[in-house]
Amino acid sequence: MPAEAAAAAPDAVESVFPRLEALLPHVQKPIQYVGGELNSTVKDWESCDVRWALMYPDAYEVGLPNQGVMILYEVLNEREGVLAERTYSVWPDLEALMREHKVPQFTVDSHRPVKAFDVFGLSFSTELGYTNMLTALDLAGIPLESRNRTVDDPIVLAGGHAAFNPEPIADFIDAAIIGDGEQAVLDMTEIIRAWKAEGRPGGREEVLFRLARTGSVYVPAFYDVEYLPDGRIGRVVPNRSGVPWRVSKHTVMDLDEWPYPKQPLVPLAETVHERMSVEIFRGCTRGCRFCQAGMITRPVRERSITGIGEMVDKGLKATGFEEVGLLSLSSADHSEIGDIAKGLADRYEEDKIGLSLPSTRVDAFNVDLANELTRNGRRSGLTFAPEGGSERMRKVINKMVSEEDLIRTVATAYGNGWRQVKLYFMCGLPTETDDDVLQIADMAMNVIQKGREVSGSNDIRCTVSIGGFVPKPHTPFQWAPQLSAEETDARLEKLRDKIRGDKKYGRSIGFRYHDGKPGIVEGLLSRGDRRIGDVIRAVYEDGGRFDGWREYFSYDRWMACADKALAKYGVDVDWYTTRERTYEEVLPWDHLDSGLDKDWLWEDWQDSLDETEVEDCRWTPCFDCGVCPAMDTTIQIGPTGKKLLPLTVVDK
Amino acid sequence: MQRIRLRYTKRGRLRFTSHRDFQRAFERALRRAEVPMAYSAGFTPHPKVSYANAAPTGTGSEAEYLEIALTAPRDPRKLRELLDTSLPAGLDIVDAVEARTPALAERLTASVWELRLDGVDVAEAARAADAFRAAETVEVQRRTKNGMRTFDARAAVAGLEAVAATEPMTTADAAADRPGDGACAILRLVVRHVTPAVRPDDVLSGLSAVADLAPPVPAAVTRLAQGLFDEETGTVTDPLAPDREAARAAPQTEARDSAAAAVPAVEGSA
Repeated sequence: MPAEAAAAAPDAVESVFPRLEALLPHVQKPIQYVGGELNSTVKDWESCDVRWALMYPDAYEVGLPNQGVMILYEVLNEREGVLAERTYSVWPDLEALMREHKVPQFTVDSHRPVKAFDVFGLSFSTELGYTNMLTALDLAGIPLESRNRTVDDPIVLAGGHAAFNPEPIADFIDAAIIGDGEQAVLDMTEIIRAWKAEGRPGGREEVLFRLARTGSVYVPAFYDVEYLPDGRIGRVVPNRSGVPWRVSKHTVMDLDEWPYPKQPLVPLAETVHERMSVEIFRGCTRGCRFCQAGMITRPVRERSITGIGEMVDKGLKATGFEEVGLLSLSSADHSEIGDIAKGLADRYEEDKIGLSLPSTRVDAFNVDLANELTRNGRRSGLTFAPEGGSERMRKVINKMVSEEDLIRTVATAYGNGWRQVKLYFMCGLPTETDDDVLQIADMAMNVIQKGREVSGSNDIRCTVSIGGFVPKPHTPFQWAPQLSAEETDARLEKLRDKIRGDKKYGRSIGFRYHDGKPGIVEGLLSRGDRRIGDVIRAVYEDGGRFDGWREYFSYDRWMACADKALAKYGVDVDWYTTRERTYEEVLPWDHLDSGLDKDWLWEDWQDSLDETEVEDCRWTPCFDCGVCPAMDTTIQIGPTGKKLLPLTVVDK
Repeated sequence: MQRIRLRYTKRGRLRFTSHRDFQRAFERALRRAEVPMAYSAGFTPHPKVSYANAAPTGTGSEAEYLEIALTAPRDPRKLRELLDTSLPAGLDIVDAVEARTPALAERLTASVWELRLDGVDVAEAARAADAFRAAETVEVQRRTKNGMRTFDARAAVAGLEAVAATEPMTTADAAADRPGDGACAILRLVVRHVTPAVRPDDVLSGLSAVADLAPPVPAAVTRLAQGLFDEETGTVTDPLAPDREAARAAPQTEARDSAAAAVPAVEGSA
């Protein structure tokens, strides 16, 4: 009990809002900092014993719509005695004022200081949020490095796709969870609750140990990394007994049991996505070799057509959104997508509700779907992602779409009244040559030619959007050399010149590209090891913030800081990015188990070099990627054979 | 088609809502409340909502107005309740009447503002207000889209007086948000709506120019009322009053939809 009482003292947590409020008239878009969103939750502080601060480490306008944070926010707040509040990165104008007036990083729900929570959980969709994490820690008054924290600091926890290689931020986080968060955060809550109820025995190390020994929470401090003289990793080894050699990912099996978010947050401020999003399935088995999301979220688990219908209905009522997004990694692959699309379109025909299907593959079926979804609305543009310009490249990356398919699809689209087709590609894929990329121009020209033919009009457009490829951990390309920024830019320039130089079709083709520099930093962070922490910290201390934003990102700063920080280790940026790895090399994330068999990934990498394709296990027999046996899971798909019935109309 | 006029507030921390933010939130509330909205014709139909004279971002308001067009009649009182529960607390719908008279916007010719100056002595505020009123013109500057603009802030001001903040703030939320102790003066400001608009912060700039009034923390500004300016009394009248009187005189549209409104009809036949 005495320990309990001592622990209770710092619980007198006050809102920082009065102090923040005085700063708000001086900053841009103050509404993003005040909270009060529809469907947000403020629970009584004293009546909860485990308290989570959830952060999406980017601006509010990007972070608020994030599904992951929204789901965990609801899952946690539904629990008795548990509260979760949200915090986002503050823009530099407010950061400067907060530092000047000593206002700490706060949650937007009740404006409590982040340091007062038990867990500070950050969701990393991208590695470019790492500097923002350091800003938030520093503003919160939490020591930047895990080893300097005390029992009164929150447990700093990383999740999200980037957490599948948390090594670059190993010094700054206390723990990482890989995979689906829904059940994982609840399990973690129970462990923390028990430890607190016992009077926090053994302090911070004890609670981290209790989390680590479950085998599904990674605590970097309990592992030592040994390096070889040439700079490569020798091995990663637990430094205390009871800690597993490998930490496994979490997989939620029945999505219908987790119909979250039930009440999506409706912001007052304008955000990047304002729609009712329903995740129609998780995982993807198409096997595109560049795609980290597709690899780490296996196996495929579908939400049922009726479960989807119910979530859409409840969500629209709770939010008033005008648009429904059916999300997944390849939405047209749902076994009952046709019935889902038609059922929803029928249901909401009168309500002027738009339906969108992001991430669709190139086949004619998707144009039928798109027609269904835009029955009453606009037909602005269709987007497809062939990813590779040449047939050969598409074999290398296992994106099995032929140019014939694409042309047939766009012909259907232009024939159905669509005026614009967007095509997404990557540059710098393994084994790629200038010629592979230049074939993108030919493809776009064929698209325009066909479009003019079927529509009988010159008023059609095709936009080519292209960015540099970044090899990611837990994919067959995790061993691949990344193309340097200079070579990427040179290749993109050649492509641009070829498109712009074409007299007949060039004016109908738009060309959008991202230069290769941010990709190199992303590559450094995504395949980095613990030594990269020094670089992140140096960049942060030099003023680096919001690296995902063109106007803030500084390639030169990153390179200068990397040169300085890495010199003592005898490695450099090229070593991490453009160097090809070998089979024997211990990769920094090998002790994090995504379920994928490393030998299978290697074989798939070799198949890729031979231009051999792999089928989708959703429709064909298992090809032994390893996930299902390792994680004791299985693919979970329909069809259920059910249909969406019209909702009962209550006559008013 | 029925038109309904609403008065709404921006209270507490939601005063940082911009007008664009409010528009999105309101149109979503219309959907959640399943209000039978009339839509504009055209390629992208929009619900028919006319906003009047929105208060600037960061200032609170007890008196914002808008008008909506419905395809089926609704009882304004029920509609008010329904919309109010569909909006976040702080954006409150506080009044609703059926439009029976033309042009609401033309009846919004002046505003009453309250400027709460924490840390400012009331005597000091009163001296500044006197100096402002005594001046023939008060030149102020404001940054606009076209650069710095200089204009007179005096002519539009129909009233400006300082009072001590005797009573606590009206809502618990607002009170919790402000520092509670120390001096606090309140300026009551009546401004005519003219072009270019003179806003409370322009008057504050003016007070700084004529009397060096410099509040230590940003003023908490709230619009208390908006309506037709009565030149004789110097007051601002309720802009929805004419509609309310017209409805009392002839309650036919409401009767179709509302049980409450049907009661007098029953009494009449008895």
